[in-house]
Amino acid sequence: MGLELRGITKRFPGVLANDDVSLTVELGEILALLGENGAGKTTLMNILYGLYTPDAGEVLVDGQQLQLSSPSDSIAAGIGMVHQHFMLVPVFTVTENVILGMEPTKAAGWLDMKAGSQIVENISKRYKLDVDPDALVEDLPVGIQQRVEIIKVLSREARYLVFDEPTAVLTPQEVEEFFQIIRGLRETGKGIIFISHKLKEALEIADRIVVMRDGKSVADVIPEQVTEEGIAELMVGRPVELVVRKKLAEVGEPVLVVNEIIALDDRDHTAVDGVSFEVHSGEIVGIAGVQGNGQTQLVETIMGIRMSLAGTVSINGQDVTNALPRDIHQMNVAHVPEDRQASGLIINFTVTENMILDSYYAQPYSRGIQMDWDIANEAAERLVQEYDVRTPSIDTQVSSLSGGNQQKVIVAREFDRDVGLVIASQPTRGIDVGSIEYIHSRIVEERDKGAAVLIVSSELDEVMALSDRILVMFGGRIVGEFDPKKDSTTEIGLAMLGGTK
Amino acid sequence: MTESTDNNHPNPKESSPKKQQPNFLARVTGNGSGWWKSLLIPTLALIIALIIGAISIALTDLEALALLKEDFPGALSLMADGVGIAYKAMFVGAFGSVYGLSETLFAATPLILAGLSVALGFRAGLFNIGATGQMLIGGMAAVWVGLNITLPGFLHIPLALVAAVLGGALWGGIAGFLKAKTGAHEVITTIMLNFIAFFLVEFLLTTPVFQNPGSNNPISEQLPLSARLPDIFGGDYRVSLGLLIAIAAVFFVFWLLYKSSLGFEFRAVGFNPTASQYAGMNVEKLCVLVMGVSGGLAGIAGANQALGLSPYQVTSAFAGTIGFDAIALALLGQSHPVGVLLSALLFGAMKAGGRSMQAAAQIPLELVTVIQALIIVFIAAPELVRAIFRVQPPEKESTQITKGWGG
Repeated sequence: MGLELRGITKRFPGVLANDDVSLTVELGEILALLGENGAGKTTLMNILYGLYTPDAGEVLVDGQQLQLSSPSDSIAAGIGMVHQHFMLVPVFTVTENVILGMEPTKAAGWLDMKAGSQIVENISKRYKLDVDPDALVEDLPVGIQQRVEIIKVLSREARYLVFDEPTAVLTPQEVEEFFQIIRGLRETGKGIIFISHKLKEALEIADRIVVMRDGKSVADVIPEQVTEEGIAELMVGRPVELVVRKKLAEVGEPVLVVNEIIALDDRDHTAVDGVSFEVHSGEIVGIAGVQGNGQTQLVETIMGIRMSLAGTVSINGQDVTNALPRDIHQMNVAHVPEDRQASGLIINFTVTENMILDSYYAQPYSRGIQMDWDIANEAAERLVQEYDVRTPSIDTQVSSLSGGNQQKVIVAREFDRDVGLVIASQPTRGIDVGSIEYIHSRIVEERDKGAAVLIVSSELDEVMALSDRILVMFGGRIVGEFDPKKDSTTEIGLAMLGGTK
Repeated sequence: MTESTDNNHPNPKESSPKKQQPNFLARVTGNGSGWWKSLLIPTLALIIALIIGAISIALTDLEALALLKEDFPGALSLMADGVGIAYKAMFVGAFGSVYGLSETLFAATPLILAGLSVALGFRAGLFNIGATGQMLIGGMAAVWVGLNITLPGFLHIPLALVAAVLGGALWGGIAGFLKAKTGAHEVITTIMLNFIAFFLVEFLLTTPVFQNPGSNNPISEQLPLSARLPDIFGGDYRVSLGLLIAIAAVFFVFWLLYKSSLGFEFRAVGFNPTASQYAGMNVEKLCVLVMGVSGGLAGIAGANQALGLSPYQVTSAFAGTIGFDAIALALLGQSHPVGVLLSALLFGAMKAGGRSMQAAAQIPLELVTVIQALIIVFIAAPELVRAIFRVQPPEKESTQITKGWGG
């Protein structure tokens, strides 16, 4: 019984993505599939979902071998998938999204919306999902949108549900509710594969954990038998520091002073609504908050990319409100942008070109308008060594590097000078445990050298681990200040959802 | 991949949560592929275009078509003969004699310059459809210097060229400025500026400043000797100093794009304006600059047409279709200066050879246009359409069916 993958091998040009991987999930069981980015989890699931054909191996449901050549084959076999990025039409209602592709019709092809919303209602009730069939998807919070995806999968009568990094977009409270839901699904006899790179969650929710590394399945264990450290070591292949070790902060003079700034988002709605705070040298201040509460716009305003409508920003006592990004950069500010591929890197450029992306115009890389590529290449070679960027060469396009190595290119570029202020947004989003460990230690190192550090992250664990002080942002305002050593995750999580301290 | 700590996976599927598609620019510039690969696609496109060109020659051969029912093999061989004659005449016309070669170079000269103009825009992510207008304005500026300033030739020509660069840069810069300040799409504005330039030139040619005395038509006075681009291979051949200028421009654009910090900015903005802004580049200023430099190059192409062609009198038609051919050959040349040079020579050869083909095989000159158009279709049409309409290219394998909105 159960869903079984047997000896799956999948080769891409130059990479063995899956190397003889086998795993089983029974009905009524939650299986966590753990592994770093690039370990082969997604490839394996794409095979299960009929998107790739394996070079070797087979997929079986209840002992029956399946021929999966498209997602519809998988759906027919009772396999459903909830993707990391939801596949919903924002302007459609919940019902419309659920019935999309299998619309119930009356005579002469008329859409039977009533039957549709009945389907949604039934599933919602049965699995205690609490979703309004007539709500527009774009009006729903992310956690509820995820439930719409679940309903979609259940409405196609899936017996096995695959969740790809389902908690990446959720707040701690939403994660808790989500866990309730999948426990409920397990009660009703569904088999669940939970793909993640978060150890804690896997340990909490799973009945069994399969760890993948470099395309191979390296462990199949039950949570009671293992520790977090043990699993992390299996994932990375060497012992890993999970806690960020840091000395007590030696707080100095204020470096970054933000005073009552107001900024709009791209749709001209107020995104930053009178935010004030200070970051002193030698301390790490973390801004926690659910994504979309103005953090992005706050950082952009500080960096001179977005106009501040009111208020002031100063760095080292100098007013830099609405200064040019380059002027701010020249004040020894290191900036790790939120979205590395959209704003941190030019992914079609080589490693060298990205390493000098914000310093190309001055000595030693340029004399007048003439660039000196020899010096740039030398610098890139050195940075690649120093910051442990795994790249075939400095002439490689960064688009072909892994997320962790892309992020290291940014960190190398930004930290390779006398840094007085570090502003890092989502510094470790979507990258592997090894790179996270490395980047965290670099950030702490800068603090210990006396830099003021501002971390913006929607991962509460990260903010808790790194920060000396935590500010919570909600609805464009700072709604609370917390001490990571004293205050609990629950308290901070509540503030992130708009509850007051 | 066996070393356990090695996390350098070039696996495209898992490398990042939000995979960026290779954008339009990366495709039309062949970015990231080896040089042989850069040559492969254009060569294949050329071959397919020539094959389809051959089919259309065959299908318009009325004599052979009439024979088709009675004598099928005979008709086919007749068609094949026709194609053979036509293509042979084209080849011989372009390369078969010193004169033919000179005609190829003559036709290629403005194409190189205008092609560089468009290619530079592509590299910086801008779609300059306005080379024609920039040629017209640049050319008229050069003509004005030619007619109204008296100087010896070694000063007159450079001054006229400077005027051409400034004229073209101004015209291109307007589109750049509108884009930077208002977000007006450069495709629209440059097309509109083409019309404005054309009718402006038409008007200017009827004013006493330019008009040939005694003429009622919009045609300029004849340029003085000192302002004419001299023929470099003697009076028998039409190749002028413009060719040397064009070749110098190839080197200049190569240096600008790959060896200068300004070119680094151009290319950065072309691929990713957001990241460029984050890196401290002034994207708006660059937008104006790119269009200015692009327009300046087109301006020189305009000067080449205005100052380099017998009888050294200008009408509003002097830019011809070069500005549009330039788009095609910039795509064919993958927006690389050397690629542009090669494709301009190819297009020049087709132009020169096309006339011989018309004479030898009674194939209309328009067939050359058809072949050129087909080349573009095979190289770039889907890309062009996507870029203009800002449509994402279809994603590969993994997300074909599951393309979503989330994120």
